[in-house]
Amino acid sequence: MNFDFSDAQKALKQQTRGFLRAACDTTVPRRVLEDPDEPFARDLWQQICANESPGIAIPEEYGGIGFGYLELCVVAEELGRAIAPVPFSSSVYLATEAVLLAGSENQKQELLPRLAGGEQVGTFALSEGPGQATEANLQTTLKDGRLSGTKVPVPDGDIADFCIVVARDGGGTSLALVDLDGDGVARESVDTLDPSRSHARITFDSAEAELLGESGQGWTLKDRVFDRAAVLFSMEQLGGADACLQMAIGYAKGRYAFGRPIGSFQAIKHKLADMYIKNELARANCYYGAWALSTDAPELQVAAAAARVAATQAFHFASKENIQTHGGIGFTWESDCHLYYRRSKLLALSIGSERVWKDRLISGLERQEAA
Amino acid sequence: MDFNDTPEQAAYRAEVRAWLGANAEPRKDRPSVSRRLDAEEGLALAKAWQARKADAGYACRHWPVAHGGQGRPMIETIIYDQEEANFDVPTGFFSIGLGMCGPVMAQYATQEQQARFIPPLMRGEEVWCQLFSEPAAGSDVAGLRTRCHRDGDDWVVNGQKVWTSGAHYSDWGILVARHDSSLPKHKGLTFFFIDMKSPGIDIKPIKQINGGSNFNEVFFTNVRVPDSQRLGAIGEGWQVAITTLMNERLAVGDAPPPDFREVMKLAAACELDGRSALEDSSVREKIADWYVESMGMKHTKARTMTALSQGKVPGPENSIGKVVSASKLQNVSSFGADLMDMGGVITDPSLMPSDALFQQSFLYSPGLRIAGGTDEILRNIIAERVLGLPGEIRVDRDVPYSDIPTGS
Repeated sequence: MNFDFSDAQKALKQQTRGFLRAACDTTVPRRVLEDPDEPFARDLWQQICANESPGIAIPEEYGGIGFGYLELCVVAEELGRAIAPVPFSSSVYLATEAVLLAGSENQKQELLPRLAGGEQVGTFALSEGPGQATEANLQTTLKDGRLSGTKVPVPDGDIADFCIVVARDGGGTSLALVDLDGDGVARESVDTLDPSRSHARITFDSAEAELLGESGQGWTLKDRVFDRAAVLFSMEQLGGADACLQMAIGYAKGRYAFGRPIGSFQAIKHKLADMYIKNELARANCYYGAWALSTDAPELQVAAAAARVAATQAFHFASKENIQTHGGIGFTWESDCHLYYRRSKLLALSIGSERVWKDRLISGLERQEAA
Repeated sequence: MDFNDTPEQAAYRAEVRAWLGANAEPRKDRPSVSRRLDAEEGLALAKAWQARKADAGYACRHWPVAHGGQGRPMIETIIYDQEEANFDVPTGFFSIGLGMCGPVMAQYATQEQQARFIPPLMRGEEVWCQLFSEPAAGSDVAGLRTRCHRDGDDWVVNGQKVWTSGAHYSDWGILVARHDSSLPKHKGLTFFFIDMKSPGIDIKPIKQINGGSNFNEVFFTNVRVPDSQRLGAIGEGWQVAITTLMNERLAVGDAPPPDFREVMKLAAACELDGRSALEDSSVREKIADWYVESMGMKHTKARTMTALSQGKVPGPENSIGKVVSASKLQNVSSFGADLMDMGGVITDPSLMPSDALFQQSFLYSPGLRIAGGTDEILRNIIAERVLGLPGEIRVDRDVPYSDIPTGS
């Protein structure tokens, strides 16, 4: 039994944490949040790319550094802790995973080195507006190599170079790879709950597109990409949840009311103990998800869904109760509490809501049971 | 990261499995052997099994050789327990003795006493109980009222203890009592081990809300205890008790079923709105919540086991176990009954899915949220010892015990 990260992985985590503490304190997400002309922190993204972080899990033959997913997981946790305002999740967890999973050899050769070095940002588009996207209600259509329809919200859709789009394709569903600077693509920013991570509405009007993966396999591929991404998103959520807990502990120790630190009141203690409990449950599930991702285990679907559900619950709870622990100051714009509160909801909905993941978890269990 | 044993651990596991296979029956889908027997028969079987384990070197393997153990790493005890859980063997009578009384004797008793008491405790020949809680001292156990005073070479004990598991079949017990009410409450306590057959001890079973009687009230009327059976100095009883309670938290195990598996099976068999309840999204969401909690604890244990296996001290993450599992058991039980709709109130096992397991645990589970530290006390412990939040303001800490308001 060795259910722990290796010393080298822990060292990478500490190194990443140290780097982000210096390069991405909360003034950085706040800057992006407040400046409508800055969709992401370019300076930070450049440093992250200079560290070769986007290529951590990309094999060396495709220009990556060929570590594994456990290494990517520890970096994800730290990016989540720092609520880093960069397109890492879109480009690495989604676009890179989709290309690795479904791309032809040519597509891999062409795209992966650029993703690894950060020369290009990729993203992934499923949602077409409020309401759960299903295979039956997709409106975006791929026909004869042309894509038409509207996707919203597309994470980093305003700044990404290319997008992988889930589209109706004849009787089935396919993944379409589109150059976002090409003809027939119109994009505009949309306001979201968390402006520190930009999103776009993209309209495709007979835009040139090529298949990523087999025609008709799009929905299954989407599920598999999301399973893998779910573990990585969960690690970010875990980092964010831990940051909220630490912030709340710090405040509860220093803030005095009724002549004593508010952290000495059981109402606050129990709240923070509950945060800790949820975070530890999430951590254990996330580590298991990390193991399943890194070994491509048959348990991945269930493990990823469990990590996703636990981490979504933990970050949501920690971010809202962190505000509550702070009281009035926690509701102000100047306090950092809302940065985490916004991010927690953004991440909670990024690849499907908690409800969707719970259903995927039970479906996976049913399948295991039947096998 | 992997879930494999080291070659050494795998070899040990194989050895344990082979021994268990030759000496016990695999666990089947029916009540375990000890549940089918009355307490006396069950105890006799359990004693025989514990002795057999001890003879084979599998009881308390991590204890020092001098105490009857094998001086082996903790991980071997854990591996043995994991494997034993797959077999239908009578256990449970010795958990207080092995988990709490043995360690406190090992720390505070004389060499002669250790040689006399620990081996029979370890072999299951003598059963031990713990006498801490009182009617007026539950979470606030340091507020206990049972008195003791010195009389020659003996102490004389008067008072009442409560929630004592197994008092009626125990041979020995560990006891904390107040020797001086003029001292602040934590300073006036002294710790003993006592012969449960001593004159003046009166044991009455408590009937619980589930109808069972797992615990007792124990009354002390002029019970004499030799001073040689004092553990720790006079007035050091609280420190000794705290050591014991720390061990208790390690000794309190998992909540029993039902868990998500049983609800899932039940939901698949129940009809809701004209289809399988397992197709209902509200049912699926709840099962997913419990799955996440169960797996969270399972993998947290794996983290603890990893630390032990590497010879490290486990982190504080294990402290969440009972808080999570006790509430989960209560919620799962209640929901299981709900799935049976109007019929969910029936407790006759012959009429009910899983022999009315959900109904039984509905009545049993409230106790688990209280025993071994209430949900509230455990949250205080997490907040203070793990998260480093300031302690409670204690209005009763520095005043004489006799001046503390009691409300009665």
